Amino acid sequence: MSERRSVAIGFIPLVDAAALLVAADKGFFAAEGLDVRLVREVSWANMRDKLAVGLFDAAHLLAPMAVAANLGLAQVKVPLVAPVNLATNGNAIAVSIALYEALGAFDGALAHPSASARALAQVAQARKAKGLEPLTLGMTFPFSTHNYQLRYWLAEGGVDPDEDVRIVALPPSYMVENLARGRLDGFCVGAPWSSMAVEAGIGAILHFGCEIFARAPEKVLALRESAVAEDPGLAAALIRAVVRGAAYAEDAGNRGEVAELLARPEHVGVDAEIVRRVLDGRLRRSAGAEASPDHRYLILGKDGATRPEPAQAAWIYAQMLRWGQTRFSSAALQTARGVMRPDLYDAAMGGKPDAVSPAAIPAFAGPDFRDEDIGAYLAGFAIGRKF
Amino acid sequence: MKIVIVDESPVRSAILEEGLRLAGFTRIERIGEMHNLLRRIYEIDPEVILIDLENPSRDTLEQMFQMSRIVRRPIAMFVDQSDAASIEASVEAGVSAYIVDGLKKERIKSILDLCVSRFNAFSKLQDELARAKSDLEGRKDIDRAKGLLMQAKNLSEDEAYKLMRGAAMREKKKIVDIARAIVSAAELLR
Repeated sequence: MSERRSVAIGFIPLVDAAALLVAADKGFFAAEGLDVRLVREVSWANMRDKLAVGLFDAAHLLAPMAVAANLGLAQVKVPLVAPVNLATNGNAIAVSIALYEALGAFDGALAHPSASARALAQVAQARKAKGLEPLTLGMTFPFSTHNYQLRYWLAEGGVDPDEDVRIVALPPSYMVENLARGRLDGFCVGAPWSSMAVEAGIGAILHFGCEIFARAPEKVLALRESAVAEDPGLAAALIRAVVRGAAYAEDAGNRGEVAELLARPEHVGVDAEIVRRVLDGRLRRSAGAEASPDHRYLILGKDGATRPEPAQAAWIYAQMLRWGQTRFSSAALQTARGVMRPDLYDAAMGGKPDAVSPAAIPAFAGPDFRDEDIGAYLAGFAIGRKF
Repeated sequence: MKIVIVDESPVRSAILEEGLRLAGFTRIERIGEMHNLLRRIYEIDPEVILIDLENPSRDTLEQMFQMSRIVRRPIAMFVDQSDAASIEASVEAGVSAYIVDGLKKERIKSILDLCVSRFNAFSKLQDELARAKSDLEGRKDIDRAKGLLMQAKNLSEDEAYKLMRGAAMREKKKIVDIARAIVSAAELLR
């Protein structure tokens, strides 16, 4: 056998890097002839830049960031491709205890996102009337599903995310500290960071990401388009190893081992029990509460979730349009769709999986998304831009 | 030209500032506290922002460029790919630059090159410091092991040292490793 190819892959300490961490630990990359070095990163901007200049061969990346890169919106002009999804869903919206109580005071039943968003609108208005600083809410990056989940939810309650609250970008692992210091009133972030706030007794989870969008594209493994063109074998090997890693991590019999692996200080660096609850989809919404089971909380590979779908990129593009991050053109829509590469996936896997990601990305309220008519979709919202 | 250095390491940012001043840039502000980063940058309104890559506030900073209310939007140096080599060098050195649009390219390149050499000088300095520290600690262990041997076997200082050196040669190890083994064995036997 020839010498193994050395590959550097960046990751951010999050449970949704599980497929990568497992594939490296269980030898799935090695079985594909790859000698993978995983490098932990501190910011999404670093991830993008190191991938662009070639210090990384592949990266754990926010799906909207890959789309933004190809649209020329994300600083770097290096075309990227996403041949495999690393995660679907996995985020949660958490708020400080003070805000949780304030929301509850307005409306006892916060279980439905429409109710909690309306309650938040009242708190935001009350603060404005008193001349107080607006509520400050954290998310991880302007081009992130977290940003779109937070904004979608707020807008359904009548909150204009650009006018009525202040939205700031912070790396995932810094959310809890900022909530504790009162610099944030809430945030939308990937696991395990909402659970960390809950366990520390400083926050409570209002909604899981999957309660906002049932099946939202979250993270992809991104590669430079040029690297894939030069060496299609690399992408194929990575796809197969990641799909194996995702399946291994999702197998109920392996979750204890996977939780221990992710918990290590050099990986995510949190308590294994918390990681386990994320993998099981049994998060606690508040300290001491019973777990709220939801098998959709974080989807790694099940139901064909690893296969990237152009419709997912179209949905991301629609969210960008809604929040004024870009302007519509049918050429840009095609560019966006082209980021997702099911052709590479199918070639590597020897065909389509039995189940594939549905084109629809159902939300708790608002118009249905149809990627063939983004204009009609955007026209259906009271808040946000149209085209 | 106003330049902001965002870096939590006061030593490194001082090294960078000195370099920039020597190169003739005089309007330099350093930000070492990440809280209120965006407000500080709005106030200063710089033409160039330099930030180290270990700084997680890069994501916060980039969000600022998305907001429509600022008039002058800085862009990452990466947007212009004309000088791939110097961009790569800067990422490797661990520094990133954001520049307002319309600034002359040659000036940016000189700033970037300066950042790279200063950042590399700083990591070299750190490596040397770390090495000096470990050398010092190694010497302390050798002295302790020598003392233990002198006491246990009634040897002179020179004989104790020769004994350790002989063991190191036989076992193909460094003398400091032999010394550490003696020290930890002595602690266990105490």
